[in-house]
Amino acid sequence: MSVNFLIHRAKEIQAVIEANASEIEKLDQEIGDGDHIFNVQRGIKLVIELEAVIKDLPMSKALNQIAMKVLSGIGGSSGALFGTLFMTMAKGNDIDNGVDYKKAIEIFADGVEAVKQRGKADVGEKTMMDVLIPVSNCLKKGVEDNKDVKEILKEAIEVAEKGMFSTKDLLATKGRASFLGERAKGHIDPGARSSQLMIKTVCESVLNS
Amino acid sequence: MKKFMNSADDFLKESLQGFGAAHQDIVNCHYDPNFITRATPTKEGKVALISGGGSGHEPMHGGLVGYGMLDAACPGFVFSSPTPDQMLAAAEKVDSGAGVLFIVKNYSGDVMNFQMAAEMMQGPNESVLTNDDVAVEDSSFTTGRRGVAATVVVEKIVGSLAEHGGSLQECKALGDKVNKNSGSMGVAFSSCTVPAAGKPNFDIGDDEMEFGVGIHGEPGRRRDKMKSAQEITNELLEAINEDLKPEANEEILLFVNGMGGTPLTELYLIYDNAKNMLDKKNIKISRSLVGNYCTSLEMQGASITLTKLDEELLKHWDSSVHTAAMRWGV
Repeated sequence: MSVNFLIHRAKEIQAVIEANASEIEKLDQEIGDGDHIFNVQRGIKLVIELEAVIKDLPMSKALNQIAMKVLSGIGGSSGALFGTLFMTMAKGNDIDNGVDYKKAIEIFADGVEAVKQRGKADVGEKTMMDVLIPVSNCLKKGVEDNKDVKEILKEAIEVAEKGMFSTKDLLATKGRASFLGERAKGHIDPGARSSQLMIKTVCESVLNS
Repeated sequence: MKKFMNSADDFLKESLQGFGAAHQDIVNCHYDPNFITRATPTKEGKVALISGGGSGHEPMHGGLVGYGMLDAACPGFVFSSPTPDQMLAAAEKVDSGAGVLFIVKNYSGDVMNFQMAAEMMQGPNESVLTNDDVAVEDSSFTTGRRGVAATVVVEKIVGSLAEHGGSLQECKALGDKVNKNSGSMGVAFSSCTVPAAGKPNFDIGDDEMEFGVGIHGEPGRRRDKMKSAQEITNELLEAINEDLKPEANEEILLFVNGMGGTPLTELYLIYDNAKNMLDKKNIKISRSLVGNYCTSLEMQGASITLTKLDEELLKHWDSSVHTAAMRWGV
């Protein structure tokens, strides 16, 4: 994983989010306040705009720049959560000397753990953690079991989708949807949908390379 | 949507510019990142109080910056939490070496962003988290009680202690105490429109009210049919009393807060009705505050906050204050 890899994946994610924007917006209008899609689009755009600044930086510095940009540029809960993800990844041990897939999985998993702490949300609370935590666990387990990287990524795509759909019948206990109580049931969480799309895009891109 | 605005993008900036110019004797507005400080530097050795939150709740918090209250406020976009770079820039400007106390309303975005700022900050700092809204169950199954109008009371009382030489730990302890001594509950008759969204935050019928509403129009306890002012006031006070349990002859502050779209005439009517009920229960109203302090844009509605007062709280409530929105004793 290189800085160039990050920038390219961000551009692919931008296109996928764009293609699904109205669906995500609609999900958020049902149980949130309708601004999730704008936050996600703004965040990705800011990361892509960083290209010239970060393309020649070591990985830790590039990830830190991305973290600060999404933190101040998105704002709200999303900014803090995605900022925490990248800031934690930037602290990964020895990442300036190359990041292979095992290292990438390790720092991603550390990042997801930090996001879990920041938002104090676990699996089953109808948030993006219903996608990120199972995906992180699946990736880590794949490495432990010495599975082929392609196998691991295919599995991660399935786990992400399953996690996203699981939010439909959950009661929200974190975030703004939690104030709706029973009224939030029957709707997929917009954050779970956007993060599932991001996971799928990155995994497929590696699989097809 | 009908609003005084030129473009949604410039909405906040122009409002801040106007605020800064109108009150240049009291505050200084700083931009990119946005924060508001007092016009005069923090006294050497005084604990610096910093609050912040989404815009749209004015005068909270910018209007509460000044002598006897806040040293700085960080306004986020409308109904969106400020970001750590704002808190860090504000802290750098107002920290005089005695430490920084962050006063944060319990909304997840605010909590996370202030927490990150606290982690990134070099110097000593503490945070007071307000969660006075009794409408929401405080359990592990929710984000918890929201921080609403009592935040104004916390900022006034802790602001006075800081002004009179309280240490960082003392200020933090007093802030927690005021929060614990306070309970609030609100009701909304109409929705409000975030400029960037362009349409109302929620739908509500002409004969309906959202009981226990949050300060962004989040749902509260229930959707009810309209009732008389006395009935609404009684229900708000019952909910607060159930939680706060003020004893007979206990002294309290009665704070009737407007949400932005309800005239003062009606807020004073609520005050009258609240007094009727509290008198019956022999609860002694020893201090009062009536007005629009913790608003939700143009939302029609009001909240009631009760704060139990002891000698210490009374002293700091009465001490002089000079901000754009609150001014007495000077």
